Amino acid sequence: MVTIEFLGPIQKAPLTLEASSLRDVAEVLKQDTEMAQWLENCAVAVNDTLVATLDTALKAGDKVSLLPPVCGG
Amino acid sequence: MSMLELYDGALNVPEIITRWYSEEAEYNYGAYIPFIGTVREEDGIEGLSFDVYEPILSAWFEAWQAKAEPLGAKLKMAHSRGDVLVHESSYIAAVFSPKRRVSLETIEKFVEDFKASAPIWKYDLKNGERIYARERSTAISGAGILGGNV
Repeated sequence: MVTIEFLGPIQKAPLTLEASSLRDVAEVLKQDTEMAQWLENCAVAVNDTLVATLDTALKAGDKVSLLPPVCGG
Repeated sequence: MSMLELYDGALNVPEIITRWYSEEAEYNYGAYIPFIGTVREEDGIEGLSFDVYEPILSAWFEAWQAKAEPLGAKLKMAHSRGDVLVHESSYIAAVFSPKRRVSLETIEKFVEDFKASAPIWKYDLKNGERIYARERSTAISGAGILGGNV
C-alpha cells in the first residue's frame, strides 16, 4: 500500500491504496470528481522528492504528496 | 542553528535581522542584503495565512545554499506559518557575501525562485474566512503529470 497526501488548500484526508507506479495513482484520482480541479496543476513528490513522470515506480510504504500551486512570501 | 527558520505567526523582524547580523559578524562578509516581505492592506483583507510543507521546503533551501557556497555566499531565510496580520511581516530572505555584486544578484534569483517553487500556500483572511489565494499562486515546475499534462 502507498499513502497519498494532499497538501495546502486541497481539503482531502490522506488515502491508502495499492499502486505500483504513479500511473496507478493517477487512474484512481481521475475518478474522484472533487480532484479534477487539482490534477492538472499539482506537482507530485514521492517520499518528499519531486518527480516528473507517471512512470515513477512505487513500493509498499511510499508516500505520494500532491502540491497545488504555491505562493510564499 | 539551521539557516531556515519557521515561526508560528508574524516574524519579529528586528530580532531576526539583528541576530543574523551578529551571527555573521566574524565571517568577513562585506555585504548583507535582507529582503523583508510585509503584508499590505489590500482588497479589505485582515491579513494572510500560510501553510508550509517543511520537508520539501528544507530540501529546496539546502539546494540553494549549495549553489551559493561556491560564490562565497550564505543564505538565511525566515517564514511564518499560520496567520499574519496587515502591516506585519511573514518573510525574510537574506544573502551574505564577500562583495556586493554576488549578494545583489543572488537575492533576486533566490526570491523569484522562492515565489515559484517553495511549498508554501497563501490564504487571504477576510470576514473571518481563510480563502486560498488561487489567482496569485503559481504551479510548481513540472506540475500536472497526474492530469496528463505532460
